[in-house]
Formats: sequence, structure tokens, C-alpha cells
Amino acid sequence: MADKGYLPKEKIKEFVEALGKDATVFAPCLEGDTIIFRQYTPDKEISLDRPANTPPKGAIYPQCETLLSFEFKKEADNPQKMDVELKVNTDFPKAVVFGGRPCDARGFTVIDRVFIDTDTADPYYKKRRENTTIVTKCCNGPVAGCFCVGVGGGPAVTEGSDVVMTEVDGGYYLEAVTDKGKAVMSLPMIQDGASYEAKAKAANEKATAAVRNPFPEGADKISAELFDSGDFWGNVIEKCLSCGACTFLCPTCYCFNITDEQAITTGDRIRSWDSCMFQHFTLETSGHNPRPAKHKRFRNRVGHKFYYYPEKYDGAIACTGCGRCIRYCPVSVDISEIVGYLRDPKADPKAWAAKKEDAKN
Amino acid sequence: MSTQKLKEIIKQVLPDVEAVICWQEGFDKLNVTPIFITSPEQAEKVVWNPLCAQNLASYLPSQKKKVAVAVKGCDSRTIVQYMQEGLIDRNNVVIIGIPCKGIISKKKVQKAIGNEPVEDVSFTEGSVKVKTPSGEKTFAIADVCPSKCTSCQYPTPIVYDQLTADPIQSDKPAESVYADVAELEGKTLEERKAYFLSQFDKCIRCYACRNACPMCVCQDSCIAETRDPHWITQKLSLDEKLMFHMIHALHLAGRCVECGECERVCPMEIPVAKLKKKINKEMKELFDYIPGVNPEDKPPMYIFNVDEAKIKEHKL
Ligand code: SF4
Ligand code: SF4
Ligand code: SF4
Ligand code: SF4
Ligand code: SF4
Repeated sequence: MADKGYLPKEKIKEFVEALGKDATVFAPCLEGDTIIFRQYTPDKEISLDRPANTPPKGAIYPQCETLLSFEFKKEADNPQKMDVELKVNTDFPKAVVFGGRPCDARGFTVIDRVFIDTDTADPYYKKRRENTTIVTKCCNGPVAGCFCVGVGGGPAVTEGSDVVMTEVDGGYYLEAVTDKGKAVMSLPMIQDGASYEAKAKAANEKATAAVRNPFPEGADKISAELFDSGDFWGNVIEKCLSCGACTFLCPTCYCFNITDEQAITTGDRIRSWDSCMFQHFTLETSGHNPRPAKHKRFRNRVGHKFYYYPEKYDGAIACTGCGRCIRYCPVSVDISEIVGYLRDPKADPKAWAAKKEDAKN
Repeated sequence: MSTQKLKEIIKQVLPDVEAVICWQEGFDKLNVTPIFITSPEQAEKVVWNPLCAQNLASYLPSQKKKVAVAVKGCDSRTIVQYMQEGLIDRNNVVIIGIPCKGIISKKKVQKAIGNEPVEDVSFTEGSVKVKTPSGEKTFAIADVCPSKCTSCQYPTPIVYDQLTADPIQSDKPAESVYADVAELEGKTLEERKAYFLSQFDKCIRCYACRNACPMCVCQDSCIAETRDPHWITQKLSLDEKLMFHMIHALHLAGRCVECGECERVCPMEIPVAKLKKKINKEMKELFDYIPGVNPEDKPPMYIFNVDEAKIKEHKL
């Protein structure tokens, strides 16, 4: 099987439908002015013009899923005794995530470390992940907020993808990254791509150069001292509204809540995305809430992505710089700006003091 | 524009208040972001231009001390409504009023420039020039403004302590306010249902619309989200999304100040304010009441009259 190919633009639909022969395809679909990852059906219009409003995260890690269904039943010969019957389904169909961006694909690798690469892998996520092929569209350039190159990514980075496609000459140059990807390359509409390789490389270099890098001095560790400084957070995040936009649009946020929803004798145990920006996120049964104030919750969001996660996973940052939390924040909070204040300060504490002054603004 | 005057006023009021809430340049040239000014130097950072869409009055109920806030005409309705509902102490707020000729919808501009990154933005009277890697484009503000500006009745704040410029009068006919609702009313029930369902199907229940809404006072205790008990299932069906939006809309009945924040902030570009506007229109017809225009009014849902002029329950 070839690992380089070319797909003319007019064959996109045909390609997606072929991918969907034995799999569910999730693709960025245009609805009004919104681009959303939806289960593809021929009546939908795919749009690769800009990164989708939502990441494709939900294809593998649904916003809400039933972990198990339960039913209380009376025992036939001892009606005073109730038995509970459980049903679990992890028989997920094959799937394809088509048309996500490199930052979206890298997002899955962030979640993999937590949900798969452990002694107690999550069977739901793991099964879906294994069953899914990821065909990624490289970016022609950044949109508002993008900073992938600052966190180890880039508009043509292949990490997390099985196939990457680059726009060239009225079509796409395709490159298989994994064996799963190679299987995609054998589809009949894929033409020989070797002659487009150089052009694609040039296009990707151009796109990479156009993305802003808020951390040119490198992705250093965050200073614990500054991270713990109390009023810094109060100052930088006074404007935050504590909504869930930034976390629900993030390709790497994976926190969840589990709820048993029961009606009389039957019910479901469901898992749904949670958001550390919500007040209830850490509300304890006792009524105590360790993060009652929004700046403490925001500190957790930044800390998780740029401090605790890297500490646990060999320096890997849990943000892929997709920029969604920046461009869709109701009050234009810029996480890269805030991380910028927290970064690199140990070398020169005076620089930090100056930055802190700025941060108050 | 009146940025200079705004800075002067801020410096003047600063000694009397804990902070002045205003706008400053955001992460790129097409974005501004709120700033809580506590020193005269910070006042130099403020901007006033048609990008200043955020309704800063929303921050008022959560302020514990005396603050000043910059408001456009439409934003001032939020303050008036807060006064009617006793949600703020007027003595603790210094209102810096800005007569406004219309703002820009960032989403409309982004669409018009093909979502390219913005390198620069500049304004001349009535228009905006946007520079991107592929060149410059100029738009009339009237073509890229949010719908609320096309029928704005209150370009000058209704309440204020200081004004940054001479008051301006609305030149928009009063009937234009509910033109979009009337258009929707012209459709059949089935069409309207299909319209709203297709819109709410895009909702991810991020609650940005709720948290940005100045009149959503429950916020962290919203029944859409309480965990003990879970009043609403966490399942993500269209019914549940619709349910949340009905809750929001009904809790805003006769209270929605039509600031459009819910719609502006929705990352999924759902016309969230439409339902509320429809209810406002009903409230106006039933109770002759417009939210947020007269500090002496009481919202109709806050009072009980045995006989309502336009509700004939005894004759049913
Ligand atoms: S940072 Fe922005 S998107 Fe995130 S919770 Fe705060 S206001 Fe909402
Ligand atoms: S934190 Fe923001 S920029 Fe980083 S991956 Fe999440 S949404 Fe994207
Ligand atoms: S951050 Fe932006 S430029 Fe980078 S891969 Fe994602 S969408 Fe493309
Ligand atoms: S802001 Fe938009 S997506 Fe978020 S809950 Fe409101 S309507 Fe839904
Ligand atoms: S419902 Fe929307 S338009 Fe009405 S007050 Fe709330 S945010 Fe403003």
C-alpha cells in the first residue's frame, strides 16, 4: 500500500462516503454559519474552510454516554429481595474522524495518556479510540487565537493522526502516518501523490511560519511560586464569567461527572463532560467547596494544562494551542497571555514584577 | 471618538471608587476585553470604539464595593433593570455613559473576511477597515453591526453620572424593534418549531449565554445545572437543550433588557435572544411594559394586580 496519495477536491464527498462504507464518519459539517462535527450523512455539507467551532473530541469521548443501564428486579421465589441487573455496551462500530485539525488530533493523545496508558484503562474510550481512524486536514494558516507552534504542535504536525492531508493544486496531498492510515490510502479515488509531496511540504512550512508563538523562549515549566501567588489570579481573571465555553470547546479537556439517572426501577449511569469553570465542579458532599471563587477555578484550568499534567506526563503540555478557548470566550480571556505571565520568570524576578503589573490590567 | 474624554473621566472618578470597569484592546485587533482599572496609569489602556460590545454592567451585582462602569446606551438598560429589581445599590455605582452610534458584530466581520487572522483594524465615521494577510477591506458599520443596533432606541444611556459626548437621539423607528419577531410570527407553527429545533440542536450546553446574561441572577444555582438534586438530566438530547433554553427564556420574561449578550457570546452561533425578544413583545402588549427603561417601574412579574388591564380572566 502506498503511503502517499492525492485526492482531487471534487472527490471529497466520494472519499468520505467510501470511508463510511464500514464505519461511522464524523466530519465538520456546515449548519448556518456554524461548523460542527456531526455523524456524516449524504445530506450534510462538509466544510474544511476553517477549523470547526467544536473539536471532534466527542467522536471518541462523547459529551454524554451511558456507561451502564440498570434494572431492579424482584427475585421470583423471594419477592422481598431485589436484584439488580446490569447491562453494559462497549460494542462500538468502527469510526473515522475526518477533517479535524492537527491540534484536534493531538488533543486525543493528551486524553490517551489518562484514559488508555494506565493500569486501569477506560474501556469505553479505549475501545472507541482503537476503532477510530483519524484523517486530519493540515491548516493553510492560523485563524484568530491559534498558537499550536507554541505548545509543540503546528499546522502540519502528524501526532495523533492516521492520515494527514495538505491542500495543494485543487486537491489534497495525503500522507499515511500509521498502518490504519495506509489502509485508507488503498481507496480507489486516491491517486498517486508522490509528485505533490514537495509542494505540500512548502505549503506546510508557510502555514507553520504564519502561526504566532506566544512562548518563543520555549515551553518552560511554570514557576510554582508564582503559580501560587494569590492575587495574581484574582487580577488576571476578574473578567471571567465562569461559563463552560472554554472547556467544552477544548480538544484536551477530559474531566467528567457521573450521574445515576433512575426512573422507578430502571436507570442509566451516565458520564458527561464536566467543566472546572463551573462552581459545582469541586463541590463536596459536605457542602465544602475548595474552589468557591472563579479565579481558583481558572487557576486549576491553567494549572492542569500547563503545570500538573506536564509534571505527571514527562513535560507533555495538555493544551494543543487550538485557540478555541480564546476566540470563543465571551470576554476574550487569552490563556496564552496568562501562561506567558507565569512562564520563565525565575530567571529574572524583576521581569515578573513588571509583568504582574501588566497582568492587573 | 470620545476615548480621550473617557480617559479623563476615569481618572477623575477613580479616587472615589474601588475600580473602573471599561474595555481595553484584546488578544488581537478585532477583540477588546474588559479591564478593571485601579490606577491612573491603567486608564491609559482603555479603548472606546465599535468593538466594545461586551455589556460591562453585568459585572455590577457581584461587586462588593463602589465601582464605576462604562456603558453604552443599550447597556444602561441593564442598570435600570438592576435598580428596578433591587440588585444594585445605585449609590455604589458611578455610571460613565457613552453615546453610541453602533457597534460591530465580530462574527459578521470574521465571516466577511473569510476568517483570516486580523492584522489591523481602524475606524472612520461610520465604517471599519480590516487588514488581513490578503489585503484590506472596508465595511459600513451598519452592515456588520448586531441586529440590536439596527433598531436601537436608546443610543444615549438612560441613566448616567457622566457622559463622554453630547447625547444623541435615536433615528430608528420604534416599530423596527420587533420586526424580526414579527417576521417569525408570520411563519406557521411547524416552521417556527423546525427553526428553533434546528438552532438549538447546535447547543453544547456550555451555558455561556446564561453566564453572560446580566439578568440571569441564579447563575451557579441555575436549575439546569444543580447536582443535588439533578433537576434536569445530563443527557444531551435535543429535548434537554430545548428545556434549558425554555428555562432561560421564561426566567427572563419581562426582564430581558435586549442587550444581546446571550447571542453574541454563543460559540455555536445560535440566535439565542430571539425567544426572549418574542416574550418581551408579548409582555409589552400585555402589560405595557418595556424592561430597563424607567428606574421607577416594577417588572410585571414582581407585582400582583387583582385586575390586569389586558388580562380578562374573570370573563373567561
Ligand atoms: S475564560 Fe471565558 S470561556 Fe472560560 S469560563 Fe471564563 S468567560 Fe467562560
Ligand atoms: S486550552 Fe484552549 S487553546 Fe489549549 S487546547 Fe484547550 S481550547 Fe485549545
Ligand atoms: S492551532 Fe490553528 S493553525 Fe494550528 S493546527 Fe490548530 S487550527 Fe491549525
Ligand atoms: S452559549 Fe450557545 S452553545 Fe452555549 S449553552 Fe448557550 S446556546 Fe448553548
Ligand atoms: S436574555 Fe439575552 S438579551 Fe436578554 S438580558 Fe439576557 S443576555 Fe441580554
